[in-house]
Amino acid sequence: MTDIVDKVPAPVPPEQIKAIPVRHYGRWVAGAAVLAILVLIGIAFSNAKIHYDVIPDYLTDGTILSGVWHTLYISVLAMLLGLVLGVVLAVMRMSSNPVTSTVAWFYVWFFRGTPVLVQLLLWYNIALIFPILNLGFYKDEMNQVMTPFLAALLGLGLNEAAYMSEIVRAGIQSVDMGQTEASHALGMTQGKTLRRVVLPQAMRVIVPPTGNEFINMLKTSSLAYAVQFNELIKRSTDISSTSLAVVELYFVASIWYLILTSVFSVGQYYLERRYARGSSRTLPPTPLQRLRKNLALFGSFRRPEVSR
Amino acid sequence: MTSLSKDVATGGSGGPMVRAEGVHKSFGLAHILKGIDLEVNPREVFCLIGPSGSGKSTFLRCINHLEKISAGRLYVDGDLVGYRQKGDKLYELKESEVAAQRRDIGMVFQRFNLFPHMTALENVMEAPVQVKRETKAVARERAQRLLDRVGLGDRTGHYPAQLSGGQQQRVAIARALAMQPKLMLFDEPTSALDPELVGEVLDVMRDLAEDGMTMIVVTHEMGFAREVGDSLVFMDDGVVVEAGHPRQVLGDPQHERTKSFLSKVL
Repeated sequence: MTDIVDKVPAPVPPEQIKAIPVRHYGRWVAGAAVLAILVLIGIAFSNAKIHYDVIPDYLTDGTILSGVWHTLYISVLAMLLGLVLGVVLAVMRMSSNPVTSTVAWFYVWFFRGTPVLVQLLLWYNIALIFPILNLGFYKDEMNQVMTPFLAALLGLGLNEAAYMSEIVRAGIQSVDMGQTEASHALGMTQGKTLRRVVLPQAMRVIVPPTGNEFINMLKTSSLAYAVQFNELIKRSTDISSTSLAVVELYFVASIWYLILTSVFSVGQYYLERRYARGSSRTLPPTPLQRLRKNLALFGSFRRPEVSR
Repeated sequence: MTSLSKDVATGGSGGPMVRAEGVHKSFGLAHILKGIDLEVNPREVFCLIGPSGSGKSTFLRCINHLEKISAGRLYVDGDLVGYRQKGDKLYELKESEVAAQRRDIGMVFQRFNLFPHMTALENVMEAPVQVKRETKAVARERAQRLLDRVGLGDRTGHYPAQLSGGQQQRVAIARALAMQPKLMLFDEPTSALDPELVGEVLDVMRDLAEDGMTMIVVTHEMGFAREVGDSLVFMDDGVVVEAGHPRQVLGDPQHERTKSFLSKVL
């Protein structure tokens, strides 16, 4: 027995196992079936009454591009409104003041519990209940004030705030109490603790769902079509009502939505990576770094020992 | 070895560093502290031992006002903790005043509680820059020196997740020392560590004691208490059962409860 401890035997290279792998016939059948269905769908679409040739022209049409721009900026602005108001609501909800926390709860309950489309239409038609807007220092007819833009911004942004407040609250509550205690013990105030210690850690929990919310917003903004806001769907239907290329323009709109959501998904990836600092021992490589590493690996293919 | 003494400040009041007079603490119906009276002198290493739930950690957290006491008086360096007394009326201190009191009291936690999104160096620099408004250069120089001192001068750029438990706890000690406290509180600093990492943390604490830092240590390390401690208090069920010199209390306990506790841990 003691021999084993004292003398480590020289390592004998183990004999590699050469076994006949299990045949997965089911996989082949399933793969073939899926491919067949894809081919059938492809044939159906190529024979359908769709003028594919007009799609590239409409993609860069001025009206469509202006629709893309409107979609983009209403999404960004509504998201910003939702973000700022969401943080305020989250802090209100967590405050020890029963009035502010109840109001915040009620806000989330209402705006999360009613459809965005209804909220958009309510803002757009608010002149029916308040014909005159009177802020004391500013007075005007509501119809003049409540433009399609403002209705879209308020409808989308205030709705988003309800969701964002829940995301921010979850993020702040995910940070360990010990972090707050350590920060207080060092003499940092409540505000400084929130800013320097709690929020940076909460961001790791807040950023991924916020990215999802923004990508959702890019698409949900199409509902602003109902309040005459000139976003992508409104612009597409404007064209199709005269050109009769109805389906083609929905295709064009879909392509633009896919482009927008793809671009922002990449941005989200880098943002998440930024806030993952310190949460794991090594950060995951960016797609670029991965590509470079793979290229380097490929270049030194004959010398695998230096590939690291 | 350079000395830590530059980072050690002793109290200015001339009296005891900590004085507790009939300190009580309740959480709802749970009565955790039932009248604690004790004094901790400057440059003293004061050990608190006792079974879990005896209130020793709670008492420690009262000293820097992480917990509010329910009755009695608690003074650090002559100042009432968390309150201001005018005549016979007590006024709660404002948040910023409580924060100012805590600056001079370092605390080391059982679970380290390092800031995970900052490197070791940034952890140590954070409070001097944010609270004392030191310049980054000054704070960095001291942080580097303190990390050198706890044996982690080559780990300054590491995030807490990249350090072992013992290394994290040593960074946490450096972080507390960076504020140049006059009193250090240790809340079971080695309880969350693997046994072979306990020594490196106790070594740092021993050095600190030799440099004259006033320390209150809640611990289960009886060897450390006996060897480094100047005073020792055995607490059970929210009261001080026995107090004295560590060698005396640990070697010749007078009370039954102390005896039965020590027979289990020694």
